[in-house]
Amino acid sequence: MAVEDQILDGLLANNIEFVTTVPCKQLAGVIDKVENCPDIHHVPANKEDEGMGLCAGAFMGGKRPAIIMQNTAIGVTINTLVTLTQFYRMPLPMLISYRGELGEPVACQVEMAVHTKALLAQLHIPTYHFHHEDDVREFDAILKHTFMCNKPVAILTDAAFWKGY
Amino acid sequence: MIRSEVLRDIAPVISDQLVVCNIGLPSQELHMIDDQPSNFYMLGTMGLSSSIGLGLAMAQGQKVISIDGDGSVLTNFGTLPTIANNAADNFILLIIDNGSYGSTGDQPTYAGKKTSLTEVAKACGCETVIECAAEDTAETLRAALASDKMTIIVSKCESGNIKVPVIQMDPVVIRDRFMKEVERRNAS
Ligand SMILES: [Mg+2]
Repeated sequence: MAVEDQILDGLLANNIEFVTTVPCKQLAGVIDKVENCPDIHHVPANKEDEGMGLCAGAFMGGKRPAIIMQNTAIGVTINTLVTLTQFYRMPLPMLISYRGELGEPVACQVEMAVHTKALLAQLHIPTYHFHHEDDVREFDAILKHTFMCNKPVAILTDAAFWKGY
Repeated sequence: MIRSEVLRDIAPVISDQLVVCNIGLPSQELHMIDDQPSNFYMLGTMGLSSSIGLGLAMAQGQKVISIDGDGSVLTNFGTLPTIANNAADNFILLIIDNGSYGSTGDQPTYAGKKTSLTEVAKACGCETVIECAAEDTAETLRAALASDKMTIIVSKCESGNIKVPVIQMDPVVIRDRFMKEVERRNAS
């Protein structure tokens, strides 16, 4: 099964019904799956902090949320992660394309890649890194972990995982 | 009329509604005027009141009022196209537009100058956008609640602040109390 399908299955198996996205080329396939899934309410956001606000509201309305975004968004969302998601103790799985890793054609993406894990560590955000196709097998457990501990959790997915996209 | 007077005026209208209230003085004032379990107070994260309210409205069936400010809408301008393109008829966005960043000392915003948030909301595709004078906010809000249509209200008021204590409730307590109230209302 393609990793996109396995990710969608993981979302559905964990009752995630509300997904907000800001696109990335690497994530195009999975965003397409989410958009076309009748059991998921997909709301494209203009900026990732806005998306996290939507997710916070959906969570308080009784729906399990998730956000799909690029790692550059970590730079955009630090204040929101800290003062909304963490301060109010809300769960938020973040499926993140880890741009700027091996195979990256765009030099500027490396500038954010070198800070990505350090920032997530500084924010005390549990972080998982999908590099091999098989790593997707942990997706289900990561989602369960996220809703168990009521924290934002990062799943970094690099170009090797997406087979160069 | 300043924002705290608008909040006093609309308190009877919103008292029994789910309310997401903007960071800073608006939340502190609403908390002082009429604290309710149906109020979600933002203690941080400028700009996201409308996003949180829209997410909440889309996730459940009760009406939701987001109280926002002109400065906060300017901070999160991307919210208006998202609201327009994901219309939820149980959602009302009330922008209390005093033309200033009230919580930080009344520095002027561009909404008090050339930029009309009403026109911006319309240009973004929001279908029902009503600009009203501060004195008419309660009545406009009452009509919007009765209309069952997603409505953006821009209430034009004067800038100015009153002395008000900070909210000492823990964020997790605010969130838990609010979620229980949302659940209770959806169950009955
Ligand atoms: Mg203002």
